Amino acid sequence: MSRFLPEGLNAKIEVKNLNFFYGKVQALFDNNIDIAEKRVTAFIGPSGCGKSTHIRTYNRMYSLYKDHRAEGEILLDGKNILADDVDLIDLRSRVGMVFQKPTPFPMSIFDNVAYGLRLKGRFSKSELEGRVEQALKDAALWEEVKDSLHSLGTALSGGQQQRLCIARAIAVEPEVILMDEPCSALDPVATYKIEDLLTRLKERFTIVIVTHNMQQAARVSDFTAFFYLGKCVEFGPTDELFTKPKKKETEDYITGRFG
Amino acid sequence: MRPRSQASRKLINFLSLLASGCAALIGIAFLVWILWDVVAQGISAINWQFFTQLPAPPGVKGGGLANAILGTIIITIIATVLGVPIGILAGTYLSEFGSGKLAATVRFLSDIFVSAPSIVIGVFVYAILVLPMHSFSGLAGGVSLAIIMIPVVTRTTEEMLRLVPNQMREAALALGAPYWHMVWNVAYRSAKTGMLTGILLAIARVAGETAPLLFTALNSPYWPQGLTKPMANLTVTIFNYAMSPYSDWQAKAWGGALVITVGVLAANIFARVFISSRRNKG
Amino acid sequence: MRKKSKRFSTFWEGTFKFLTHGAGIFILILLFSMLGVLTYVAWPSIKKFGLSFLWSTAWNPVTNQFGALTAMVGTLVSTALAMILAVPLAFGVAIFLTELSPAFLRPIFSVAIELLAAIPSIIYGMWGLFKLAPINANYIQPWLSKHLGFLPLFQGPPMGIGMFTAGIVLAIMILPFMSSVMKDVFEMTPKVLKESAYGLGATTWEVVWQVVLPYGKRGVVGGLFLGLGRALGETMAVTFVIGNAHQLSWSLFMPSNTIASTLANEFTEASSPIYLAALVELGLVLFLITFIVLGLAQWWLNKSVPKEAR
Repeated sequence: MSRFLPEGLNAKIEVKNLNFFYGKVQALFDNNIDIAEKRVTAFIGPSGCGKSTHIRTYNRMYSLYKDHRAEGEILLDGKNILADDVDLIDLRSRVGMVFQKPTPFPMSIFDNVAYGLRLKGRFSKSELEGRVEQALKDAALWEEVKDSLHSLGTALSGGQQQRLCIARAIAVEPEVILMDEPCSALDPVATYKIEDLLTRLKERFTIVIVTHNMQQAARVSDFTAFFYLGKCVEFGPTDELFTKPKKKETEDYITGRFG
Repeated sequence: MRPRSQASRKLINFLSLLASGCAALIGIAFLVWILWDVVAQGISAINWQFFTQLPAPPGVKGGGLANAILGTIIITIIATVLGVPIGILAGTYLSEFGSGKLAATVRFLSDIFVSAPSIVIGVFVYAILVLPMHSFSGLAGGVSLAIIMIPVVTRTTEEMLRLVPNQMREAALALGAPYWHMVWNVAYRSAKTGMLTGILLAIARVAGETAPLLFTALNSPYWPQGLTKPMANLTVTIFNYAMSPYSDWQAKAWGGALVITVGVLAANIFARVFISSRRNKG
Repeated sequence: MRKKSKRFSTFWEGTFKFLTHGAGIFILILLFSMLGVLTYVAWPSIKKFGLSFLWSTAWNPVTNQFGALTAMVGTLVSTALAMILAVPLAFGVAIFLTELSPAFLRPIFSVAIELLAAIPSIIYGMWGLFKLAPINANYIQPWLSKHLGFLPLFQGPPMGIGMFTAGIVLAIMILPFMSSVMKDVFEMTPKVLKESAYGLGATTWEVVWQVVLPYGKRGVVGGLFLGLGRALGETMAVTFVIGNAHQLSWSLFMPSNTIASTLANEFTEASSPIYLAALVELGLVLFLITFIVLGLAQWWLNKSVPKEAR
């Protein structure tokens, strides 16, 4: 039984009373939210309101930095991932991430996609090739690169690089994919291709996408959360949030009064 | 208000800039003069024998500095094998784990060590290797050059690693990579060109050092005979020959000077070309 | 797919941390062992001469009486002479490179300066011995004797070999490094700042003197100290031409010594244990002096540039 989601939907991730600190500065205040399984959830809100900070707790990416601290509980399939004994490597193979700026590794396209797979275990050559091809097809990049798999990933265009990063993330077959403003560095055509991708990907993965672009959120997501000043102000099904927002701040943001 | 005359300001400007131009000219003139002399004096001593034969006694025609050239190569290789891995690891430490007080101290001391007097390092290695071994040795020479290389490689490695974007590191970690795997496969790969350039320049620098070899590798008129005996090397030979009263030895010293200068300049130019070609490849 | 063992990963993780931290600490260990070993080997001399080592001008391998003063003074005088000659020239080169030279020549000159800074110091020393010393002996020094000989600095026989030539060679040697440092500092001046000054009608010189230099003050001073530290420890540029004489003299024309040149000339000839210990003690003194100067320079430079925190 999810606290916020309608009947019949499973909560893949349940965030309970999440507070986050950068050193002494508190950035997230008592966030409570449920991420629906195999749906797209969008986080919207003005710059610096905590959306990126929030999703980076889902794969404990903040653990890389000494004085970043999270308090509260985040349950992935019922188990708290903020606990000390959590295997981060295992967590990150279940919760993948695509970043704002496409960051292909300085290696071939093939090796980029295979990187995560090789970490997980040993594959036979044909198995590996099969998985890489499938991931590139799922990311709608296969047709464009199938003849140049061994050229450098950095030689692709911005939009292709981002789809490469998506292929890289889905190759390891995570359960959740986090996307932190994945289209903000891309042109409209590339953006459209990726949004199109999302509608297919959500059949297999739970997706959380942070976006600056409200229209994008309205287009691609099933649920939307509005963040403001580190608090999760409102959360609900996308069309409800955009047409009948319950809180004043939400309405102000959506109608463009600030942000 | 007493206005300052524009004319006087313009005059001061003209004179000062003229003085700067002259200073620049003088500085550059000296340096061009030196290079010219090295080439002019050294070229006459360079022939096939120079690179293939052992030294001849003063006054005897012919002979070369082949043993010294080989010795320098061997000593430089020893220094590289010892110094580069330590330097890379220390640079990795500073860039990946380098936010605490200990790291700040290491960084501070490394920076100082880069400019430390190389002759004192020679004295140190004399004390820890030559004295206990009761012999000057090529090994001791290599060790002293390695000590000079370590801080240089450390700092350039750190600088190059810091240039790797954080998002790239996070992208690798987000796929479930252990930290060391990310550093080895992603960070090093990304910083490879810069790191190699730094290493090449460090090698070029130590190959031209004389002072630390004066009492570690010493010198020898024979072919290198193992790492635990004194080893011929180009720089100390140049020193000995130049200070000698024999004109044919002095000529050979110029030849050696030319070889070293060409080698060091070639390495530096190659490093620059290498780095800009890689940059264009993207 | 066969899953990779967890132990594989933790082993490499631990090894990686151990090796990197170890290498970092190695540098600390190196420094302390240098201090320790040098002090240990110099101990017989430290014990015998005590603090008076620092102000004694004795240097007699026969009676085994040694003192550091001549070498220390020589080090300081040669370095001072080099700085006096090189700093204005480096300043001129830097201004020329950043303000005066046409844009297409700039990268060529910059590369040239950096290549020159890479030339080993033995080249400068050799050139000084064979080319500069005779010129000094035959032309420059007699001229100075004739016209400025009333100054004790320029008295004495014009032999060519001596403090005067050594100072000049050292100056030429540190010139590329200092020019490069100053040029880098000047280039960091924000364009906006210079344009604001030009916009108010300032001349080029005024912009350099009143905007670029004060803005880059920190970097320039730090760079000067770094150059100073390097010059103090320089061996090969001076050993060829300084003459290896343990005497103090007001005249720059007289042969002299620096700590580095003394070590280079006499270390392998040290005939008695106390002689060797005295030489090592000299080395220790040089080590400490340069470390303090370089440490101050580095500390000063660090203050201006905020340290990157991860």
